[in-house]
Amino acid sequence: MTDDAPTDDADAAQPADDHAADCGDCHPANAPTATDGETTETDGAPTATDGGTTQTDGGTAVEGGTAVEGGTVEGETGEFEPIEVFPEAGDADLRPGADDCYKCSTCDTSCPVAEVDEDFPGPKFQGPEQWRLKRSDDQDIDDSISKCSNCMRCDSACPSDVPLSQMHNTARAQYVDEQLDKTSLKYWRNRLLANYGTMAKLGSTFPRLTNAIMGNSLVQTFNEKFLGITSEREFPAFATETFRSWYAKRGGEATSVENARRARRERGEDEHADKRVAYFHGDYANHNTPEVAKALVSVFESFGYAVLVPEQRCSGTPMFANGMLDDARRAAKVNVRNFSELVEDGVDVVCSCTSCSMALRQEYPELFSIEGTATVAANTYDAVEYLRIYEDLDGELADGADLSESGGEDAYAYHAPCHARNQGLDGQTVEVLGQVDGVEAADVGDSCSGISGTYGWKSEHYETSMKVGDEMFEHMEDGDATTGMTECPTCAMQMEHGTGYEIEHPLEVLERAVVDDGESGAA
Amino acid sequence: MGITDDVLVVGGGLAGMTAALAASESGASVRLVTDSESTLQQASGLVDVLGYPNPHDGDGDDSGENAEAASPVPNPFDAIESLPADHPYRVVGEGSLRGGLAAFDDATGDLYVGEHTDANALVPTVGGTVKPTARYPASVAAGLASDTRSMAVVGFEGDTDTDAERIAAHLEAAGVPFEVTGVTVEFPGDLDGTDQDTRLAHALDEDEGSGRRVLANRVSRALDDADGLGVDDVDRVGFPAVLGRDRPREIRSALADGLDADVFEVPPAPPSLPGLRLRYRFRDALREAGVALTTGNPVVDHDVEDGRIETVYADRNASRVPYEPQAVVLATGGLVGGGIDSERDRVYEPVFDCHVPHSTDRYDWSDADTFGPHAFARFGVRIDGDARVLDADGDPTYENLTAAGGVVGGYDPATEKSASGVSLATGYAAGRSAAAAVTDSQQPPLTEKR
Repeated sequence: MTDDAPTDDADAAQPADDHAADCGDCHPANAPTATDGETTETDGAPTATDGGTTQTDGGTAVEGGTAVEGGTVEGETGEFEPIEVFPEAGDADLRPGADDCYKCSTCDTSCPVAEVDEDFPGPKFQGPEQWRLKRSDDQDIDDSISKCSNCMRCDSACPSDVPLSQMHNTARAQYVDEQLDKTSLKYWRNRLLANYGTMAKLGSTFPRLTNAIMGNSLVQTFNEKFLGITSEREFPAFATETFRSWYAKRGGEATSVENARRARRERGEDEHADKRVAYFHGDYANHNTPEVAKALVSVFESFGYAVLVPEQRCSGTPMFANGMLDDARRAAKVNVRNFSELVEDGVDVVCSCTSCSMALRQEYPELFSIEGTATVAANTYDAVEYLRIYEDLDGELADGADLSESGGEDAYAYHAPCHARNQGLDGQTVEVLGQVDGVEAADVGDSCSGISGTYGWKSEHYETSMKVGDEMFEHMEDGDATTGMTECPTCAMQMEHGTGYEIEHPLEVLERAVVDDGESGAA
Repeated sequence: MGITDDVLVVGGGLAGMTAALAASESGASVRLVTDSESTLQQASGLVDVLGYPNPHDGDGDDSGENAEAASPVPNPFDAIESLPADHPYRVVGEGSLRGGLAAFDDATGDLYVGEHTDANALVPTVGGTVKPTARYPASVAAGLASDTRSMAVVGFEGDTDTDAERIAAHLEAAGVPFEVTGVTVEFPGDLDGTDQDTRLAHALDEDEGSGRRVLANRVSRALDDADGLGVDDVDRVGFPAVLGRDRPREIRSALADGLDADVFEVPPAPPSLPGLRLRYRFRDALREAGVALTTGNPVVDHDVEDGRIETVYADRNASRVPYEPQAVVLATGGLVGGGIDSERDRVYEPVFDCHVPHSTDRYDWSDADTFGPHAFARFGVRIDGDARVLDADGDPTYENLTAAGGVVGGYDPATEKSASGVSLATGYAAGRSAAAAVTDSQQPPLTEKR
């Protein structure tokens, strides 16, 4: 957490007065200036003060100079309670969303949690109905909001474009802000899980020690009994070398630029072309699965792209899901600032994790009014999607290595993460890998894996999580493949947990297929 | 360079999926891109072709009489000739309707029946009305209103969608040729009628706590306690359409054994299990046909070159994804589905801004009589015999753009009871001509492996 502090301090010092000038993506009420609010010392890490009720509200109120995140401003402090017709007028106006709902209940039918938990009232209640109930002041957010796993399936199920996940995120944040006891273990447990990146930094500093500790059954029992983190799951191991330190060691940006130039020369492209992408790797690929991040780098370099890795924090996904919107906002600010600079320079953003791309593309614009959010959102892509659009990936794969000859895994049970589904990416991997000789990727159906990030780590949700996952486990076991595949790190944990399969990322297969295909002697 | 397929179908309802299957069968590589999950689960699962041609003929002094009061046509195919010349059935022809139905039958297999005859089947619905239908789920087959066997209808406590006693009363009032009674029972186990249909279906799929046997017993007892027909007098029993998602046949047969009567489902209000089952069946058929599915991305923009649609852009959350197909099928639905939209002074088609004929006076758009001949019901783009979209002069708007389903105008699906049939007929025609429009000059299809 220590090296986060300076970043955010810089953030705090940066005036937001040009916000109004070019922020096309926020409501007028957000535009007014004033210095940006995060003057507090307490960066997102779960330290003492931030997250105490008073602190949180203070921090939020200042941002943008008005009741920007209006829902969270009013509340216990009583210091600032603007009287507005629509209490969230400074925030996204959710009224049209509520009015668009014609109560067809299709979202409830598509909700994986409602499917297995009879006490969960479903997305229609959590979204439009709760929003209407909340128009009356004495109405609390219903506790059941904590049962929503933020899979966001209701979004694409809705035939009337109701922004359900946005309504859930907003309600959950309000619930955590106003109703969840900040001294409760549950709050701190959620905070800890949501701020996984902070833990991971520590873990990566002493990976072997941390892995040993986290794997210790006494520690697991403590986690279960005291924190409510299930002992059924094994903590993901930290890599002995993070992706970022690998990247730095191999020569940083200069090396990638050089590799890309060489690749362009070999491909017969303009050697001096400006082909660069900015990689949002997120925490997991950095700390736990650097092989995925490295695969992305080598695939993109082979297509002639220099891969830049600007300073970044967690995408915020686990924070949204835990109602920790203040934490998420802090992380988002760093990410948007660092990436929007590059985007304005003509560099597109690519992600290997579909929840990260989801956050940058959809959740940031829906939840925050940070300068540059819209620009970043409009230029962010899933890594494979990017190559499909801007390169002849199909042609490249057709000429690529025949993996059946290289002895690699050839059959995969592919699970499309909900957040990939939500971006319309659920069919992509099976389509793309279908072009690779010697590889067969079979879709294991459209059920949710059930883990939904930190959700399935909580003792009280573990059982629901596994019940939701049952269908996927069954389909994985029904197929021929004994290796799993998915883009999402926590879906991968769940797949492994439920079946014992090794899980790969599609980029790892692409790397074998298109990188060094001269050496493999195919085609 | 964008994502290249031969044919891009925009819209994933019955029309879009039929177009995708038809184009694929003609040898094209096909991608189906949709704004959201398929809306088939909103539908009853019944597939109508034509129940009431020219429903407003004879409307006049005695308003309040609506088409429903008249008898449906026995055979929809015989009635096509009597439709107006700009009705989609007349435009694409009976051959396309038969082609679309054949594609539907292929895709649905044993899930659906009705293929054996051209005549309409009369299916009782959850509203207690009788709907003329060309294809219907096998699960509703024992419930046909033309059947003279006595019937019981069952509802679950707490389920406000299915009022069994009212359904029975409505059917009786409609003059059905059989005795009918309605009873309400508690759903077995921990669930009740307020729970989601999918959960009730799952409980019966798993037969939790021998739920099937318990349910049959409860129905028997309720029938014996009620004033109407006793369980021994009943030849067939209709249930809310929750009899399983995965094992519907097994469940029906278990209930039939317990009741010693045929068992069927009553087509429900949305979201519906029969609609969901149809959606999954079609999705499987599309996958088998090699159709690529991209779900959740609305099409927002396009480029035109030399009278052809060159590039189609879908919005993926915030970024734009370009598609470069050889031919495009527009199947985005009608006024309700968003394929046709309106403002105070105009009616338009939002994706390609195709011509939508309508009066400039908005007071002409609707009829004063609630059940009268509303102009808006017929709003939509106009097509030629190859399903190509026509401009205001009656010429093809773009040579590679066809349209199908609700976005097409010239018919009144709600009163004619023709929505599904028009989707199948125009979908078939649009898919086939899209595939035919694919030129030889292009790259090998995406779905083909080297």
